[in-house]
Amino acid sequence: MLLIRCPYCGERSEIEFANGGEAHIARPADPMSRTDEEWAQYLYMRDNPKGLIAERWRHAHGCNRFFNALRDTRTDRFVMTYEMGRPRPEIDAATAAEAAR
Amino acid sequence: MSQAFRVPGHGRVDPARTVSFTFDGRRFQGQAGDTLASALLANGHHLMGRSFKYHRPRGAVSAGSDEPNALVAVGSGPALQTPNLRATQVELYEGLTAVSQNRFPSLKFDLGAVNTLAAPLLPAGFYYKTFMWPRSFWDRVYEPVIRRAAGLGVAPTAPDPDHYAFQYAHCDVLVAGAGPAGLAAALAAGRAGARVILAEETAEAGGSLLSDRTSRIDGRPAALWVADILAELAGLPNVRVLTRCTAFNYGPHNMVALNQRLSDHLADPAPDMPRERLWQVRAQEVVLAAGALERPLVFEGNDRPGVMLASAARTYLNRYGVACGRRAVIVTADDSAYRVALDLHAAGVTVAAIADLRPAPDSALVRAAQEAGLTVLPGTTVQRAHGGTRVHGVELARLLPDGSVGKGRHWRADLVLMSGGYTPSVHLFSQSRGKLVFDAELGVYVPGEPAERTRSAGACRGVYALACVLADGAAAGVAAAGAAGFAADAPAWTVDAADEPGRGGYAGALPRRGKGLLAMAFVDFQNDVTAKDVKLAVREGFQSIEHIKRYTTTGMATDQGKMSNVNALGIAADALGRPVEKVGLTTFRPPFTPVTFGAFASHARGDLFDPDRRTPIDPWARAQGAVFEDVGLWRRARYFPRGSEDMEAAVRRECLAVRGGVGIFDASTLGKIEVVGPDAATFMNRMYVNAWTKLGVGRCRYGLMCRENGFVYDDGVVGRIAQDRFHVTTTTGGAPGVLALMEDYLQTEWPELDVWLTSTTEEWAVIALQGPSARAVLAPLVDGLDISAEALPHMSLAEGTIGGVPMRLFRVSFTGELGFEINVPARHGRAVWQAIWDAGQGVGITPYGTETMHVLRAEKGYIIVGQETDGTATPDDAGCGWAVSKAKADFVGKRSLALPAMQAPDRKQLVGLLTEAAWEVLEEGAQLVARPDEAIPMRVLGHVTSSYFSATLGRSIALAMVSGGRARVGETLYVPMEGRTIAVTVTKPVFYDVEGARLNV
Ligand SMILES: [Zn+2]
Repeated sequence: MLLIRCPYCGERSEIEFANGGEAHIARPADPMSRTDEEWAQYLYMRDNPKGLIAERWRHAHGCNRFFNALRDTRTDRFVMTYEMGRPRPEIDAATAAEAAR
Repeated sequence: MSQAFRVPGHGRVDPARTVSFTFDGRRFQGQAGDTLASALLANGHHLMGRSFKYHRPRGAVSAGSDEPNALVAVGSGPALQTPNLRATQVELYEGLTAVSQNRFPSLKFDLGAVNTLAAPLLPAGFYYKTFMWPRSFWDRVYEPVIRRAAGLGVAPTAPDPDHYAFQYAHCDVLVAGAGPAGLAAALAAGRAGARVILAEETAEAGGSLLSDRTSRIDGRPAALWVADILAELAGLPNVRVLTRCTAFNYGPHNMVALNQRLSDHLADPAPDMPRERLWQVRAQEVVLAAGALERPLVFEGNDRPGVMLASAARTYLNRYGVACGRRAVIVTADDSAYRVALDLHAAGVTVAAIADLRPAPDSALVRAAQEAGLTVLPGTTVQRAHGGTRVHGVELARLLPDGSVGKGRHWRADLVLMSGGYTPSVHLFSQSRGKLVFDAELGVYVPGEPAERTRSAGACRGVYALACVLADGAAAGVAAAGAAGFAADAPAWTVDAADEPGRGGYAGALPRRGKGLLAMAFVDFQNDVTAKDVKLAVREGFQSIEHIKRYTTTGMATDQGKMSNVNALGIAADALGRPVEKVGLTTFRPPFTPVTFGAFASHARGDLFDPDRRTPIDPWARAQGAVFEDVGLWRRARYFPRGSEDMEAAVRRECLAVRGGVGIFDASTLGKIEVVGPDAATFMNRMYVNAWTKLGVGRCRYGLMCRENGFVYDDGVVGRIAQDRFHVTTTTGGAPGVLALMEDYLQTEWPELDVWLTSTTEEWAVIALQGPSARAVLAPLVDGLDISAEALPHMSLAEGTIGGVPMRLFRVSFTGELGFEINVPARHGRAVWQAIWDAGQGVGITPYGTETMHVLRAEKGYIIVGQETDGTATPDDAGCGWAVSKAKADFVGKRSLALPAMQAPDRKQLVGLLTEAAWEVLEEGAQLVARPDEAIPMRVLGHVTSSYFSATLGRSIALAMVSGGRARVGETLYVPMEGRTIAVTVTKPVFYDVEGARLNV
């Protein structure tokens, strides 16, 4: 069971959280002005990387707040969690390598 | 001849306490402290089971959890028998009842043993190959026969009467294994003040030291040193020592699962005592001190009862006071077996010969054996063991310089001990995703770079000499405590032991003379995999060790490679012509040893399997004899039978009562969300397809919610309590999802909106009062509130009190009748219900359940999200296109609804269906086709979503989703059923009071 750090509550067990899919995919401001292809891209296309992913989590059985996390999909190692609205943090090579280990 | 093989003065069993038990119906005696295996061996009884595939007679080969053969069922009765326990781990208690497994009719004479004669027909991959034969052959011939012939124990047939406990724990340092390394680590970390959990698989901490009569630590016999350390640990409040407790799973982020067996060793456990406890331990740091397992040697007949691991014989002698035979031949590739020989010799067992595979063994131990007069045969191998249900001799032969095997010589023996060296137990380390590295000097895999905050110590990383093991354990304890923030000093001890075990070893099948042997040279005893099987797999083209494992089944199931891994690897490497380290290693899967289902389920069974949500009205419904159904986690009254009524009769009566008078219904399970704030209306506009800005305070509206993909997600009536406050209702099952979806948009897309969301589902009890008499019943109760048609029309709401209790009164209807939903604080729900119930007695007020609710709404064509819709229906598909605002620039789902596919004319649309015969009720889920003689594969046009008998209409009705359905009204479609086809007429989905006259009264 993973240990996940909620930015508001601290480290808690995985069972308290709900995964919310890939992060930093903003809903278009004016959806009706988008082409069908653009809309489908927003709605359905996700990166599914082998390696670091920025994803949303919700502390469902806690403060119920959404936050973002950087996780390595190969190892389930969390590099960091951060508040909604902040840009995806830059990660140096050493930290990324540690997450992949 | 009771316990003829007991050795006085040896072992840790209590000679004063004799314990009686039965095995396969025969009475035996052992001593307190025995395992089932040691007690049987004390009686000279080696035969303990039959093998998996060939039904070969088998005895205990080990003395611990690596035992592959001696699997027994303990206990009696359909519920109390536990199968597949290792006799080497079953602690003896007075009255214990055990039976052997996988034999028919008896252990000594087993008909299945004929499989041995058929062995040429049962090679590796037999099952897979058989699958390729005609399918019918498998079903009728092979499977029934194989299922009966192959297998382990029999599962209990009755519910488990025991209960099981579960506990989370946190610690600074978890130590897995309480042998010398684990004890040293726990002491080092414990002295530093770290919170330590030390988990030991067996009944007693000490590990190999409990079988060691010669080593001395600080001048004390090893076993006394163990007692000293345990006494000190017991005095440390920050240290918890758990025995009979196996660390079986190493999960991510240092969460390690332990299985503690609490009562299996007791003859008469307290009735309220849990049988086992499952621990989930989150450890800052972990020390793995899992020890090492001795490897068997692979030669013809190595599975005969009486052929054992050398270390096992030493344990039986020194820990349990049992000589496993009278006359032993030892075959070894490692020095450790010489210590066993010396111990046996000193205890009066004849050691006929020590055959050493190494050409020129030489060490202090070897010389000690020679000086004791034992026959040492260097450069000698074993060709085969002779015997049936017990070994009676072996053939030893010289290994010649050219690699061939010389002429054999027969040696009489009732005990054959083998030592192929040691394999470090890297299971937990490997489960933690740590990388294993091949140690060329030891010829085994040892832990390399860890992936977790963990370290291995002692024999589990290839450190074998006792002095080194203690130092290694202490250093690991210091390192773990330090990493957890506790400064520690490494304790140090002086060790007096000449033994240098584990430096030698052998991997693979032993050399043999000529051809024809090795058919019954076992690599994996438990799965009956022979050396020949592994070679065959390679010959048939399997290159990867993972494929070889699956093809031969070696190292699978509960063995998980404990005994078989390195030998299988050696044979495969030999056959592939590649070095062992290039062949790779199979994955070690949890659990390390089997864990009962009971431990995993722990408290989550029966009433505690799931939370049981009950409304405030639930006790009343129970008292009325309601029949309940589960809706999500809620328990809801389904119908209220009177007298001998069945559901059909009760539902007809309840339906007619609502349409003709008044019915009362517990709607408390409706999801409720309070949406509050200056931007509440804006937020509602964006979340729901409807328009909310113009909804006046005190008015209600049916709200429909889509997901961003345009498909219907939830629905419910929404009331505007104030300009900035909405009382939102959701479906019973949808409430958490709707709140989560709302929070998602509010927190992540529109954080600028000033809105608060609060789940109020359990704050309100909701009483639905429905039927033409509803107003007459309610009016006198609402403390002067005007609920006339003029003051409170359909789809409006009022706040007031009912009998002094604050109330939100909604004039809404899910039945098509005049209706009210009375929301009161949950704690008053029962009293208000009672007041309404009493007030309605004069007009025959009738309680109704979810079944009647479903029929009444279907008569009106009201959808149920999740019944009419299935996650692929748009609002228009579900007949709710009218609810979608055309004026709003945006709402969740709007852009998707504009996609061409969402407007295709052949989308499935909600329609009604009427059968020709009024009595015929269609099956929900039945398919609809265009022609009565539609050929298979049929072109399906749609399916029935709801179907009932309507007492109001005196006939059956159904709702369906049909391709282009609205254009088909009046058409005849067909429902193909088993053996017949039912014709139906497509209609509009509203069957009763189409113009809604009954609502607006
Ligand atoms: Zn939180």
